[in-house]
Formats: sequence, structure tokens, C-alpha cells
Amino acid sequence: MVKASNRQKEAYQQLLQKHTPSRPIFRNLVLAFLVGGAITTIGQGVLNFFVSQGLSPKDAATPTAGVMIFLGALLTGLGVYDKIGKFAGMGSALPITGFANSIVSPALEFKREGFVLGVGARMFQVAGPVIVYGVVSSLVVSVLHILVKGV
Amino acid sequence: MPGQGLREGKEPRYQLGLQPKGFTDGKKIGKQTVVFHNRPVVLATASVAGPKEGKGPLGRYYDIVKEDTLFGERTWEKAEARLLEEAANLAVKKANLKTQEVDYLLAGDLLNQLIASNLAAREISIPFLGLYGACATMSEALTLAAVLVDGRYGKYALAAASSHHDSAERQYRYPTEMGNQRPPTAQWTVTGAGAALVGASGEGPVITCATVGTVVDIGLKDPNDMGSAMAPAAAETIWQHFQDTGRKPEDYDLIATGDLASVGKGIALDLLKKSGFHLGRNYTDCGVMVYDPSQDVQAGASGCGCSAIVFAGYLMKELAEGRIQRLLLVATGALLSPTSYQQGESIPCIAHAVAVENQRSVKGGAGIG
Amino acid sequence: MVDFLLAFAVGGAICVAAQLVLDLTKLTPAHIMVLFVSLGAVVSGLGLYGPLVKIGGAGATVPLTGFGHALVQGMLEDVRQFGILGLFSGGLRATAVGITSAVVFGYLMAILFNPKG
Repeated sequence: MVKASNRQKEAYQQLLQKHTPSRPIFRNLVLAFLVGGAITTIGQGVLNFFVSQGLSPKDAATPTAGVMIFLGALLTGLGVYDKIGKFAGMGSALPITGFANSIVSPALEFKREGFVLGVGARMFQVAGPVIVYGVVSSLVVSVLHILVKGV
Repeated sequence: MPGQGLREGKEPRYQLGLQPKGFTDGKKIGKQTVVFHNRPVVLATASVAGPKEGKGPLGRYYDIVKEDTLFGERTWEKAEARLLEEAANLAVKKANLKTQEVDYLLAGDLLNQLIASNLAAREISIPFLGLYGACATMSEALTLAAVLVDGRYGKYALAAASSHHDSAERQYRYPTEMGNQRPPTAQWTVTGAGAALVGASGEGPVITCATVGTVVDIGLKDPNDMGSAMAPAAAETIWQHFQDTGRKPEDYDLIATGDLASVGKGIALDLLKKSGFHLGRNYTDCGVMVYDPSQDVQAGASGCGCSAIVFAGYLMKELAEGRIQRLLLVATGALLSPTSYQQGESIPCIAHAVAVENQRSVKGGAGIG
Repeated sequence: MVDFLLAFAVGGAICVAAQLVLDLTKLTPAHIMVLFVSLGAVVSGLGLYGPLVKIGGAGATVPLTGFGHALVQGMLEDVRQFGILGLFSGGLRATAVGITSAVVFGYLMAILFNPKG
């Protein structure tokens, strides 16, 4: 056997089912809910602060994102965010603090390859695709929106 | 069955391999096994481990346990090279030799272009052959060291392998500070290096034979489930070893695979059972020995350093103290690269088996062949 | 107080949806982040994300789906103001604070800290 035949692969998949530990999905979902909820609640506190300073709730979302990104970046720098992410999963990866983590962690990691080709180039290892697909999909959605509903 | 004919020989000249001599002069038996008639000796081994490994169940067996994962170096890669260098130098020292007396250094690691081994070899002036066998490197290096010494191409060969959790993470997965969840099948790359000095004669257990594995690819693609991908390669090599040598599972006090961890270990046992070999209490996997389950490592340990430190640290002491007389070390490797799995390629896997036995056990003649 | 509870519930629920995708498919976290930004854009285009922001506040804007929503709304706003060129200016204008702070703070942290492994 060098490369397995399809029949062997199928038989192996059956064997795997017996041995592969199942993911603790319920636990993961609860943790994602609690941590994701906690992060957005902190976000709400920041948002309320900006609203109390006279911004409209809509305008306050922008500086809130900035503050949350700072917090995510700081916790990554302090070496805390990866530990939160280990048990919170998408609960800490999906909020914008996780976006910050995805930028700061390669920036730290590849600092040793220099500040231009290490930090500068690698910073957007994960965030780059997020921005690329965010912009492209929004553009498509916006064009469709304009075509269907007008400006 | 390939192994059958080998059991019938006339002159019991060697304990192993009563086979027609032919071209290889009896050095190669069966399909994939080499026999070392001059019995190269494992004169000394050394193991250097990281802090997490030091806190594991085998912590007290390692020669050096580091207090952190960088120990003053500037990068994870340099830190890994230091681990390898220290293990190599210590093994030479424990054998009461000088590095100038060692004929070959055979070493490998997981990093691109074997940079940890290359940087370590830069500091040690021993003629160097870099090896890549992923996590199967330790048994690959031991096999080749035994070949060189047994073939009288030199008196001493040093076999070594290393891995470092953080250098492996940043190369194979994500930056170390990225907050990702690890699935229960994931394994934790060992920070550690092991080295074994193989000599033509002296005190210590001997390497009697080795089975070189073929690449086995069962079609799995998940880099977070390497135990499942590697188990067929381990089972294949162990099966072939029994075929080629005529040995049976019970001829070994311990058969230790490299880093199948808890998931792959069970699969390998099942696969071997299906082909008629029942491994029982004399089977274990280095990947389940390095860490305690409470250390949050999911399925267990992996990396070149896994089988290297367990062999060089723990198993060699078990041999020395006679709790094991005959060991089959089957280090296992997943030969993937970040490029190959991003391109959708399944994971090619390999395993090499090396038999290490106390001289007493070999002379006593446990009826092999 | 109600706004905090709603933010918690909405934010938590979006993260639970992402966690479900992680646990039930073979997608990596990076793929899921990309997926949810795009999902946010689509839901925003359908006119459903705005109401969710009204209910959940930061619970809807802080997860990455809110990033997709901001991109779409920015584009549509700029199209209203500047015509078709707005498709190319609005998205990044609306998310400029987020992206710029991510770059600046990311760079700052790279200067200040080293990875701990």
C-alpha cells in the first residue's frame, strides 16, 4: 500500500468513527455564548460612554470599535488572548477583539523576521482575507441592493 | 507470507536472520529489514526537555529540563537548535568521548530546510548528515547510525532529533499568540531534543535490526488529526517487521510507537489486531507518555522531540535497569507541509522500527529465527 | 441595563452560530471569520442587520458581522452622496477607524511585546 484505494479509505473512515473523540460541542457553545456575550457587553459599556459624551448611537459604534481593537491588541500583547481563545473558541475570535488578535499575534510572532518583512508583511495573515472578502462581498451586495431597490 | 521462509535456517550463526545470504551477505532480510550483525552499541543517550515536558510524568528522566522555552535565545528556532546542540554534546560527554572522535552526526527536526539541525551542527564540528523524516526522525537517525557503524564506515555515529512547540506552531499552524481553539484530536508538539551515541563496541544495549518504512497515505487531510493519519503507517511497519524477522509481538518487552497519541494508538492496535497481531500490555506510544492529561494537550504529544526524549530519557533507563530487555521503537512521522495541505494534498505518513536490546538478551538467544 | 442584556444575548448568539460552524464543519477559524464578514454584508444588504443593531447595540456591531454591515452601509451612503464612485470610497471610509486602529495598535504592540508562546 502506498496510497490507499477508495475502498480502503472508506473502511478506514468507519474505523475512525470508533476512535475519534467527539468535540465537546455543548460545552463549546456555552463558552462561546458566555465569552462572546461578555465581550460585546463590554462593547456596549464603551458605546454607552460615547453616547453619554454626545455621540449618536450610530456614530458611537465607530470609536467603540477602535477601543475594542485596542483592548484586543493589548490582551494579545500581554499574552492573555490566546488563553481566552483556547476555551472560548469563536466566542473570542469573532468579536472585533479577535480581529485585533489576528493582527497583533502575527505582528509579534514575525517581529523576529524584521519590522518590514516580518511585522509589516505578516500582520494581515488572517485579517487580510477578512478585509478582502469583506470589501468584495459588500461591493457585490451593494451593487445588487442598488439594482434591486435603487439608491 | 514474506517472513515465513526466514525462520528455516541451518546455521544459527546469528541470533537474528537465519536467511540465505545472497548479495547483502545477510544484512538485509525480508522486504524491508536490515540486520546489524556487528551489533552496534547505544553507548549513551541524552535528553533535553522544555518546562511543560519537565512537568510531565517523565520529567525526572530527562537530563536537562529548561525553565522557559527561549532560555536566553532570541528566536524559537535558535532555542530549538540549542536544545539539539546540548543533547548532542551531552551524549558525547556521557560516552566519555570528544566530539572530534565522533564520525557522523545524523540529525533532523521539523523546520524548513532543517534549520534547527543546521544551526546546531554549525556549533558541533562533527561531519553532519541532515535528515528529514518528520516525527519519525529519531528512528531514521538511529537506523542510519547503526548502518554506518555496523558497516565499519566509522566507529561512532551520533543520532539526534529535536522539535520545539513554538517554532512548529508558527510554521505549521498559527502565530503562538493567536487565540484558536484546539480540537480534541490535536496534539502538542514537544519542546525537546534527544541524542544517542552509537558505537562499534562497548557497554550498553545494542541495535539488532531495523525495519525501514514505506510511505503510507490513507487519504486524511486534517493537520489537527495526525494520530489518525499516521496509525496505518505505524501498523504497516510493525507488521512488516514481524514478517521480515519472524518475530512475534511477545518477543518484545515493549513496542513503542512515536507520536500516535491517544487517538492513533487505539487505531494502530485495531489495525494490527485485524492483521493477526495482538499487542497487549507490551505496547505503548511515546505521545501518551510525555504529558499528563491535565496539561491540556488534547490527544497527547507529537514532534521529533517526542520519541527522541522518551527514548533517550526514559526508555534507555528502563533498558539499563533491566525492566525492558528488548525494545522496538517505531517513531512515526506525518510528512506534510503547510503548502501541501493548503493545496488539498492528503498527508503522507511514515514509520521506521528499530530494535534495541540488552546484550544479555541477545546473547541469551530468545529463539529468534 | 436592558441594553447590556440585549448586547450580551445578541453578541453571544452570533458567536454561538460561528462556534456551531467551527464544530460541525472542517472550516478553520480564519475561514469562519471571512464567512461571517460576508454573511454580515449579505444580511445588511437584505435590510435586516440595521434592525438587529437597533435591538442588540454593540452586541451586533462588535462581532465581525458588524464589520460587513458597516462596509455595506458605508458604500450605500457614499453612493447616495457621490454617485457610483461611492462603491469604492464608502466601505473603507466607514471602517477606517477600525482598520487604522488595528494597524496602529498592532504595530505598537509589536514594538512593546514579544510572543510568549
